[in-house]
Amino acid sequence: MKKTVFFGALTVAGLTAGMASAATLDDVKARGSLNCGVTTGLVGFAAPDAEGVWEGFDVGVCRAVAAAIFGDPTAVEFVPTTGQTRFTALASGEIDLLARNTTWTMSRDVDLKFEFVGVNYYDGQGFLVPKALGVTSAKELDGATVCIQTGTTTELNLADFFRVNDISYEPVPIETNAEGQQQYLAGACDVYTTDASGLAATRATFENPADHVLLPEIISKEPLGPLVRHGDNEWGDIARWTLNALITAEELGVTSENIEELAATPGNNPEVNRLLGTEGELGAQLGLDADWAKNAIAAGGNYGELFDNNIGENTSIGLARGLNAQWTDGGLIYSPPFR
Amino acid sequence: MSDTPITYVRDTMLPQQAPPTSEVGPVRWARENLFSSPMNAILTILSLYIVYTVISHVGPWLINGIWDADSLSECREIIAAKGDGHHSAACFGVITARWHQLVFGYYPSELYWRPVLALLVFFVGIAPVLFPSLPRKLFIVSMVAPFLCFWLLWGGSIWLPISIALGFGVGVVAFKLLSVSVSSLVAIIGAILLPLIYWLYLSGPLAAGLASIVPLGIEFVPSRSFGGFMLSIVIGLSAIVISLPLGILLALGRQSDLFIIKTCAVVFIEVIRGVPLIVWLFTAQLLLNYFLPPGSNFDLTLRVIIMVTLFASAYIAEVVRGGLAALPKGQYEGGDSLGLNYWQSMQLIILPQALKISIPGIVNTFIGLFKDTTLVVFIGLFDPLGIASAIRATTEWNGIYWELFLFIGIMFFISCFSMGRYSLYLEKKLQREHR
Repeated sequence: MKKTVFFGALTVAGLTAGMASAATLDDVKARGSLNCGVTTGLVGFAAPDAEGVWEGFDVGVCRAVAAAIFGDPTAVEFVPTTGQTRFTALASGEIDLLARNTTWTMSRDVDLKFEFVGVNYYDGQGFLVPKALGVTSAKELDGATVCIQTGTTTELNLADFFRVNDISYEPVPIETNAEGQQQYLAGACDVYTTDASGLAATRATFENPADHVLLPEIISKEPLGPLVRHGDNEWGDIARWTLNALITAEELGVTSENIEELAATPGNNPEVNRLLGTEGELGAQLGLDADWAKNAIAAGGNYGELFDNNIGENTSIGLARGLNAQWTDGGLIYSPPFR
Repeated sequence: MSDTPITYVRDTMLPQQAPPTSEVGPVRWARENLFSSPMNAILTILSLYIVYTVISHVGPWLINGIWDADSLSECREIIAAKGDGHHSAACFGVITARWHQLVFGYYPSELYWRPVLALLVFFVGIAPVLFPSLPRKLFIVSMVAPFLCFWLLWGGSIWLPISIALGFGVGVVAFKLLSVSVSSLVAIIGAILLPLIYWLYLSGPLAAGLASIVPLGIEFVPSRSFGGFMLSIVIGLSAIVISLPLGILLALGRQSDLFIIKTCAVVFIEVIRGVPLIVWLFTAQLLLNYFLPPGSNFDLTLRVIIMVTLFASAYIAEVVRGGLAALPKGQYEGGDSLGLNYWQSMQLIILPQALKISIPGIVNTFIGLFKDTTLVVFIGLFDPLGIASAIRATTEWNGIYWELFLFIGIMFFISCFSMGRYSLYLEKKLQREHR
């Protein structure tokens, strides 16, 4: 009898879970806020400030989605997730959207049953070396000691790179970025390797950043993007097109400064009109208000503004646009048209 | 008698002379303790050198610490402006700027008085338990304290903690009535089942109903805003307070002659103790989500408190069992021969002695438990270490380590050291043998 009750409860739980995931937008609207999974803290991408308000590049995506749904960029509950808990939190429905600099890989997309809605940052593994070492290319690193986080893809990428180039290295295993930074500064290793954005952020914290250089080689592809669960395509569409709206806004020159003006009356550019809801009914197709994209862009600015304010060259992290420039500027950031 | 005149007879005492300098005071102490043999002399000099090196490096770093900087770069500018080789100086500006987060997490700053008041209420509530010299009437505060603390910390309607507290009242009344009218076994079962039924089905609607009639409450603060030492203290203290009685019951259960009770206690203890705490935390965070219906949203902090409590109670049970096993059999038989029933003999004879023996072990477990609360950082809760890395993730303070860790370390040391001191005080006070 007990067993039947247990299995019964399990089935009910499973069924309700299935039903709930079928209408995420309704759940979110009923709750009045978006549950957005972020990191527990990564420089430039997500971190709470002195008042406990979350800020960052990934946080910007969460706020844009919340603004698209509610017209209010503060209607977000930020759920801090760790590398271990992020996927279960999303799969179990604890969060609706995961914007946690997560690399888009095939197995995560297919095997873990998630839907990556796009790429908001193209990252890749790089090398940080002291200028005094006199190295200008990663191929000159024969015999170097390398600080490397254990159990990550960076470790495998490193092994591949050195094997392909037929040079040798000596790994110094580290556990966290904090440890890596200390070991590198203490001279325990010649080279520190991890994602290039992380290296840039790390270098920015050094007392003399100019004494260290990032080598030009990027040895892996790490497309980072927000993701949602399988099984609710309408919800995935909202997240995907909110991100696309931010990207398109930059391409069309719609910024948080001129958006009120542009959205007030239909202008001469039909694509801007369609994006901002002054023409056509793209919002209704998503089940949102006509000014959804306007709200999303007004929340934190367009893609370029988000980039510049959080991780761009004017911030202490100082990342160049590089691959993350608009396709019109030779980068990879590209949005399908709003039509 | 001899004719020879006595040439010299001392007729006064010689004045006392000071002992040789090598035999008194610091010199003697140093000779005896520090330089008693060549080996010890070498070791002493070596240790002095090490102490000197540490102090000469850490001392200036601490003393030159910068307390008024808004970011690490500003801090470095100040240090550089000082010039004169002050290359290393602590940057305590991070503590000035963010101490409130390290202590309270993201709790709304205008409500900081609530956790502080809750802590005071807790101490008043626990005082009669810790110090027997206080008036017994304070136990009323002890009974109210958990609900008051809960209400102060989370806020919301006052009727929720009241309706939960009523459940205990239901249990007590059920026990009294049933033990008179039926039997004590039925009374115990009733006292457990009835409150459970009440909590599951009645307390919620009751609280909601009362709240709609008399809306009385303070601002609700979600668990997600909890962080820093406040979170550690909330988790640690609730686990400590609940796990002690639970652990004692488990230890008694394990010694019981009743097969089912004994098996349950053994299985519970071995399973909980045989799995690392971090696994239980992951279970609380991840696995439970799959079993609970998605709407139910059972509070994560509450789940963690329950898991940590169960974990600690398994350890306490084993510590108490050690105390029980240390008592000679005669004590048990003495209780029986006096005609006391099981609970009376436990309460009056066995447990006072067994618990006294177990005090160091119990306090040791509590100290370990309090420090283990930092493990919640792995499931995304902001304990002090989590807050530290979140602070480090802002552009102002990226790259700052030692100052934060020093602050956290000192806070934990103060808490754990005072627990240890209290345990020593208790042991001395309860020492009966050598009076």
